[in-house]
Amino acid sequence: MIAHALFFYFFSIIAIISAIFVIVSRNTVHAVFFLILDFISIACLFIMIGAEFLGMMMLIVYVGAVAVLFLFVVMLMNVTEQKLSWFRGSKRSGHIPTGLIVGSVILLELVVIVGGWQYRDTFSQTEFLKFDSDFTNTHLIGNVLYTEYIHLFQISGIILLLSMIGAIVLTYRKREGVKKQSYIKQISREREDSVKLVDGEFNKGVSIDD
Amino acid sequence: MDIFYTIYNETYKIFLLLIPILISVALIVWFDRRVWGFVQRRKGPNVVGPFGLFQTAADALKYIFKEIIIPASSNKIVFILAPIVTMTLALSAWAVIPLSEKIIISDINVGILYIFAISSLGVYGIIMGGWASNSKYPFLGAIRSAAQMVSYEVSIGIIIINVLLCVGSLNLTDIVLAQEKLWFVIPLFPMFVIFFISALAETNRPPFDLPEAEAELVAGYQTEYSGMMYAMFWLGEYANILLLCALGSILFLGGWLSPVDIYPLNVIPGIFWMVFKILLLFFMFAIIKAIVPRYRYDQLMRLGWKVFLPFSLLYVVLTASFLVYFDLLPG
Repeated sequence: MIAHALFFYFFSIIAIISAIFVIVSRNTVHAVFFLILDFISIACLFIMIGAEFLGMMMLIVYVGAVAVLFLFVVMLMNVTEQKLSWFRGSKRSGHIPTGLIVGSVILLELVVIVGGWQYRDTFSQTEFLKFDSDFTNTHLIGNVLYTEYIHLFQISGIILLLSMIGAIVLTYRKREGVKKQSYIKQISREREDSVKLVDGEFNKGVSIDD
Repeated sequence: MDIFYTIYNETYKIFLLLIPILISVALIVWFDRRVWGFVQRRKGPNVVGPFGLFQTAADALKYIFKEIIIPASSNKIVFILAPIVTMTLALSAWAVIPLSEKIIISDINVGILYIFAISSLGVYGIIMGGWASNSKYPFLGAIRSAAQMVSYEVSIGIIIINVLLCVGSLNLTDIVLAQEKLWFVIPLFPMFVIFFISALAETNRPPFDLPEAEAELVAGYQTEYSGMMYAMFWLGEYANILLLCALGSILFLGGWLSPVDIYPLNVIPGIFWMVFKILLLFFMFAIIKAIVPRYRYDQLMRLGWKVFLPFSLLYVVLTASFLVYFDLLPG
């Protein structure tokens, strides 16, 4: 058990320190790297409590896809250095009170959820959430997700699809003068359509009209 | 002390796997250059050692003694970290690959997800290298490569789902044992072809080597690297190629199983068949490097998103319907 505790503290200390560095570091690309480190150590914590499926999904979805997009945005928008003066504390800013309000609301919610934890029995002991050690937790999640929660699962899929379509509609711009390649046209081209043999006269050019 | 014994045991197992992998990476680089040479009717590297076998060792020695140049305007920590990340990730994925029924470091029950997660982390080595160099060519190379790897990961994921539907387990040993009667390459042949092409794109191999297209981007994200750091990128790249060959042989070619279960073939140890299949897939990688011209970037993206993704999704539906209709669903 000591080894387990040591590993737990190792990963959780890394998670907390990197979470602090996400908001402290001046360079936004470094902040994203610390966020990735945070995701990875949380995935390790998931694996340690035996939820290996969730841990791997955390790695694949958050680290493999979401954080890559973050990095893309941060690198391409050229916002790597924070140049605003309020960020260095030399000027007052309107962002700080907003941040404080949001932070205190989150703290309040955490306190409420810790207080409400004593009622957990009523919602985790429903009949379809029986833990059975004969099956891996991948099987268990699959069994619950595709039977009891199938409608919620599909609704979340539809919401994701809608947001994807929304993003495409918002950013789509029709551009003029773009040449598109048509593979069918290219492949179905014959020699007769494209090659013309012309007998040139001596000392005169040949005009080809297209 | 029990825990020290465990640590000793695990370290011993890891070294016993890692050192052969590093040696085989060296040999596979030689093999790659040799095949490339023969296709172009050259001899390839044939001077150092018998058949030029020690060419890669000589190259590695050269890299070790070269100076490591760190550009003045680069982001130094990230710059140094990038090749380390690439190589560590490429080697750590080998922990769950079963080379035969017994030879495996850790037989976890989400093995395939582990490999998928590690290979999706592999993109960070490239982005970090490209960004930290603080130069135009590496940055463009890194952006290209990240977009390419993320796109092809999607189709590889869906191909893996196809295989998992037929197995009913995420464990790599179970995946191999499910192919005892029939290798998945036969019922899922189109998926095997798409997996192979996606693996080429995933490892930035020709014809999809746009991140390092030398005519446009010098060497892509590796432009500013020199000495041992460049060699580490290069080792990581080849270790990744070997990993995807191993994954291909586990998912589709029956892993360590012999092709037919008859007398002289089934007494040969499983690791021989596994290595043979990895080499066969790598030979195809090498031949394709030599004979196929490079893709244009928009063609690459079109192939990934408009051809492979819809087709592999359709095949998932087909496989699932077939298994449900004939009541063949496992587990």
